[in-house]
Amino acid sequence: MTDRIREIPPVVWESGIGIDPVYGPESRTGAEGDGIGAPGEFPFTRGIHPLMYRQRPWTMRQYSGFGTAAETHERFLYLIKNGQTGLNVAFDLPTQCGLDSDDPMAEGEIGRVGMAVDTLADMEEAFADIDLNRITVSLTINGAAVPIMAMYFAMARKRGFELSELRGTAQNDILKEFVGRGTWIFPVEPSIKLVGDTMEFCARHVPRYSPVSVCGYHIRESGASPAQEMAYGLSIGKAYIDHALGRGLDVDDFAPGISFNFDIHGNLWEQVAKFRAGRRLWARILRDEYGAKNPRSQQLRMIAGGGGGGLTIQQPENNIVRGAYYALISALSGTQTMALCSYDEAYTIPSERAAKISLRTMQILMHEMGLCDTVDPLGGSWFVETTTDRMEEKIIAIMREVESEGGIVQGIAEGRVQAAVNRQAYEHERRLQRGEIDKVGVNRFVDEEEEQEVEMHPYRDAEALAQLDRLARIRAERDAERVVATLSAVREAARANANVMPAVMDAVEAYATVGEVCSVLQDIYGTYREPVRF
Amino acid sequence: MTGRTGKRIRVLIAKPGLDGHDVGAKLVCRALMEAGMEVIYTGLRQSPEAIANAALEEGVDVVGLSVLSGAHMPLTRKVKERLEEAGLGGVPLIVGGNIPRQDARALQELGVAAVFPTATPFEKVVRFIEEQAGQ
Repeated sequence: MTDRIREIPPVVWESGIGIDPVYGPESRTGAEGDGIGAPGEFPFTRGIHPLMYRQRPWTMRQYSGFGTAAETHERFLYLIKNGQTGLNVAFDLPTQCGLDSDDPMAEGEIGRVGMAVDTLADMEEAFADIDLNRITVSLTINGAAVPIMAMYFAMARKRGFELSELRGTAQNDILKEFVGRGTWIFPVEPSIKLVGDTMEFCARHVPRYSPVSVCGYHIRESGASPAQEMAYGLSIGKAYIDHALGRGLDVDDFAPGISFNFDIHGNLWEQVAKFRAGRRLWARILRDEYGAKNPRSQQLRMIAGGGGGGLTIQQPENNIVRGAYYALISALSGTQTMALCSYDEAYTIPSERAAKISLRTMQILMHEMGLCDTVDPLGGSWFVETTTDRMEEKIIAIMREVESEGGIVQGIAEGRVQAAVNRQAYEHERRLQRGEIDKVGVNRFVDEEEEQEVEMHPYRDAEALAQLDRLARIRAERDAERVVATLSAVREAARANANVMPAVMDAVEAYATVGEVCSVLQDIYGTYREPVRF
Repeated sequence: MTGRTGKRIRVLIAKPGLDGHDVGAKLVCRALMEAGMEVIYTGLRQSPEAIANAALEEGVDVVGLSVLSGAHMPLTRKVKERLEEAGLGGVPLIVGGNIPRQDARALQELGVAAVFPTATPFEKVVRFIEEQAGQ
């Protein structure tokens, strides 16, 4: 028997965990205590709620937005009509980079990869008639999070929603933008300060809102292994906690507002272990390192959906199948919210048809496949519990390494984290190109004649022009003196190292633009310079 | 590998526009370096003017653009114009990223020497640059 086991080829996950051919009751050794616990109880390995999907199924929140606010509003209504229970807003690149649509760098990019937002008027139009108490909104915004969150809050308040009751999420994780995704604006330190401003503002005025969604997702998409994704993600989460504590906030006042966004692609079991280990580790960090007493502070809440990085440009219909498995992994891992990549995402902004297939994929799991029947169906599996332990050890080891090199903030500011991720990406790509890692349609079962029959999302110059007209009209019609006065209050707040959020709220209510707010802040804080390091 | 000037082949890899996807660009940088070339990587968010200036100052043999936002047509057109204004019309310009087949043809009509869409093997890019620059 032993000889036969030795003959079979080894299995090693991307995170560097070797897998035994058989697991049994003796496999799980060295785990600290039991470490599993009941669902809804510390350390939340089995999920953060006692009844999970039996009580409340996951939220379905496809990433969407393109063109003008009016076009995006239509897509929102379409998704809601088809049973989507939350919104996840995509902004165009100028908005994300803190530029107005009439900035020269915005040319050709207006509304291309998301909705164009210049002023509060765009925010008002995008969410018109949508019940913000019933449909929670997630804003995928980072570098420009301060003006965009302020616009969202101002819009909600104008519509008569109480800020003290408003729920929702902003991505607002600037540290990961320096590693992957790249929509940074300000240098590292003031960027963290601005995240702190939003955390403090929400803790005081919008307490049910989650101002930060820490993203392992984009770090993984940039090439990190699943263990690195979780380790860097949790380290970044800790950096925001450290900052907020430094401002004198109490951990239990803001930690419940930190949620997470993780990626799913690659080996099914490895992702499951990653999520269960990450949940346990975060709970321990919050309780033991930070003394958090509120269970909500200790709970790792997450959006986890399929990552575009797992999709292929070859044989695109295969991506529908991949997406279904990613959704399955997400449900088996106890996610709170799912956003699934659409099959055409390797090429383009998802078409209406592709977005609907993603939504239906999640609905089939929920309504036909029994994924909501019971809590953590994989819990107690010798294999799953043992690999969860191994994954936790890996994540801890990477987090310690980051700490020993000066911490995550310094590692990112100096480009060391980026270089580590880049090396991992290169190794993976090399192995893929050499055929050492199998990918169906790419290096296995390749079609000789590839015909790419995928409908491309059109870029419409007319929409871009409409946005420019709208911006010009607002600039002409708004109360110019009030804009100048409120922007100079923003400048003063930034200069005094005060929380800029109240002043930015006033400015956006006066219809100051995203670009105007960001450029005032850049005057004080400066602009990030990328450390290029290989 | 040496270029026209008898020195090592020098390649500028640039990210024009606002697109933040830099995985592919950095992978190509590393592959070219491993193939013995000198690579200058601009980092994100470069204007067409900045890219043409970098190409001029660095005296590169090839300029590579990476675009995954879908804005490859207008951005490439502008970079090509700036390169020509800088007297670098003869420097081969290559484009990589999320480029649909029909746009690859249109880019070549603009004077792009080659288009390498996502998932192109490194060897193909290396070989092409060696052929273009290594006389």
